[in-house]
Amino acid sequence: MTTLSSKTAAPRSVSGWRSAQSKRILLTLLGWSVALVIFFPIFWMILTGFKTETAAIADPSLIFSPTLESYQDVHARSGYARFALNSVAVAFGSTFFALLIAIPSAYAMAFLPTKRTKGTLLWMLSTKMLPSVGVLVPIYLIFRDTGLLDTRTGLIIIYTLMNLPIVVWMLYTFFKDMPKDILEAGRMDGASTLQEVFFLLLPLTLPGIASTGLLSVILSWNEAFWSLNLTTSNAAPLTAYIASFSSPEGLFWAKLSAASTMAIAPILILGWMTQKQMVRGLTFGAVK
Amino acid sequence: MRLARHLPVTTLAAAIAMSGHAQAQTEITVATVNNNDMVIMQSLTEAFEEAHPDITLDWVVLEENVLRQRMTTDIATDGGQFDVMTIGTYEVPIWAERGWLSPLDNLPDDYNEDDLLTSVRDGLSLDGTLHALPFYAESSMMYYRQDLFEKAGIEMSDQPTWDEVREWAGELHGSEEGVAGICLRGKPGWGENMAFVSTLVNTYGGRWFDEEWNPELNSEAWVNAIQFYVDLLNDYGPPGASSNGFNENLALFSRGNCAMWVDATSAAGKLYDGNESDVADSLGFASAPVAETPKGSHWLWSWALAIPASSENQEAALEFITWATSQEYIELVGETEGWTSVPPGTRESTYANEQYTEAAPFADFVLKAIQDADPTDSTLEPNPYVGVQFVGIPEFQSIGTQVGQTIAAALTGDTTVEQALDSAQRATERTMQRAGYLD
Repeated sequence: MTTLSSKTAAPRSVSGWRSAQSKRILLTLLGWSVALVIFFPIFWMILTGFKTETAAIADPSLIFSPTLESYQDVHARSGYARFALNSVAVAFGSTFFALLIAIPSAYAMAFLPTKRTKGTLLWMLSTKMLPSVGVLVPIYLIFRDTGLLDTRTGLIIIYTLMNLPIVVWMLYTFFKDMPKDILEAGRMDGASTLQEVFFLLLPLTLPGIASTGLLSVILSWNEAFWSLNLTTSNAAPLTAYIASFSSPEGLFWAKLSAASTMAIAPILILGWMTQKQMVRGLTFGAVK
Repeated sequence: MRLARHLPVTTLAAAIAMSGHAQAQTEITVATVNNNDMVIMQSLTEAFEEAHPDITLDWVVLEENVLRQRMTTDIATDGGQFDVMTIGTYEVPIWAERGWLSPLDNLPDDYNEDDLLTSVRDGLSLDGTLHALPFYAESSMMYYRQDLFEKAGIEMSDQPTWDEVREWAGELHGSEEGVAGICLRGKPGWGENMAFVSTLVNTYGGRWFDEEWNPELNSEAWVNAIQFYVDLLNDYGPPGASSNGFNENLALFSRGNCAMWVDATSAAGKLYDGNESDVADSLGFASAPVAETPKGSHWLWSWALAIPASSENQEAALEFITWATSQEYIELVGETEGWTSVPPGTRESTYANEQYTEAAPFADFVLKAIQDADPTDSTLEPNPYVGVQFVGIPEFQSIGTQVGQTIAAALTGDTTVEQALDSAQRATERTMQRAGYLD
């Protein structure tokens, strides 16, 4: 009986191994295909930046003589550093303030919920559904009267408010997934609420907070509507820098691609360096 | 020791000098588009600042539509973010009427206002007062490849007609690999396909509105013109013509992919430049073709510099715009960037300059096209509006873009020409009713 069962089991495990293997290969191929499709526009943009203007608009081709002409033109025309510095200040500044407001809010909603918590969360998210242009004129008037037009402070305020719903939602999800017993144990040991937050909650949910922060930085970095409408030159970030290379008369694709590559390079490198933390954070608490 | 003793005094003196210097400086913010002529203007910042040490320039360069929206928001809310704005012939009278622009009735004597081309100056004036100064101006004309015409034994006439153009396009289409008979704008937008289409409708005897502001978009003249345009581009145009605007056609023509192209005169300098164009040696040009009437067959557009009424630096802004649109500036560009790069179409003196006319053989031709274009009388039958390729009312941006989209749909075959124009007529009627022009 034993011999028979082992004889029948062997082919099954080989075929099972084979099917698992082919499934893995299929999934890997699918994963790579999706990644390539997502990355292709960025790849093409980087490539176009190294073409001449006429080659950029000619029939698409991977074979061309690369040139740094567009990068030289872009570099000669405008102060990249000034725009980049504004982007860094505004993206990180707004993320700092968003986290500062969102952490206590999410704490309250996750650990001290009321019957209106769910409704409040949904209402917060619903503000994201309003098209930005709908509030452009009132915001513009407020900014004009408070002297916030074309200032980094103004953009930090707008981006903080813009990202706050998403940051609160993400932190709420991470906090909710944390076992309450740990906080209770801390409380029984005499920890105050602040100590509870600083010494228990924050260290334990750090991957989640980090990925939320990174997402907020990326969203602020890429935001174009408000940055184009509320800045002129002093506080203009890299999105305004890119917009200056589009032209209604004359060829501009190579220069625009070079400028865009320079604009996304810092955030691309940051994303690449922190991808482990991002994935860890975004899947944090997904499997309990 | 001596240095140490004197250091505080020296530093203080330097600080006072610097603060005094900073106080005397006026920084003006100039909003502009990314066209070649404006890029040159930006590159000459140093020349301006050297000649005007008390003024510094700060540039905001944006894509045309983004800039238009950005400037409209600022000027309508009295934001005061810009001291100089780059705007077109379409905006100037509308914005001037609303009191958004400072009237330029105090130009310095040496500006030589009379040297400005009359048609361009009129387009930038309200009740005879200039509200913006022309930076460069353009009309439209036909470019063609002389080598292909010679090979096919076709002789270009002084004033080609659209029927002739159709015949030539048929003969030249595919005469060399990848050569389309004709390239025309197809990309939807009031400043894209509708700029060209309006001139075609004008010369076919049509108009946007009758004298009572009733739209006439499904009139016989419109149907004939649009049917001709759709057939011509579908039969002899390049592939994907409905997504080609000025830039795409410029690239196609300069690579030798079009036998003919009707578009802005401002392309001439680029097409004559051997570094940018493969057809520089065989480039020919002719007047924009006509059909029923020569009226409105070629457009008139100028990019101009204006000072918003909300600017707090009126005097410095005036210093800058009079410099950037002066005869001296044109000469400076000619000497530093080459004579084909000078901003064309604004001053008589540019066309009297031998260095320019020698470098730009198309100069007289462009001058005539600009002088001939009359925005106040652009259609066969009288109309109530000012503008050749646009209608000078605030509602036209949305009307033009909407009609442009329906015509692009007819070009791609999604609708018939009649359906497209009926739908455009209904939409325009609704807009005009809502705006109070019609009951």
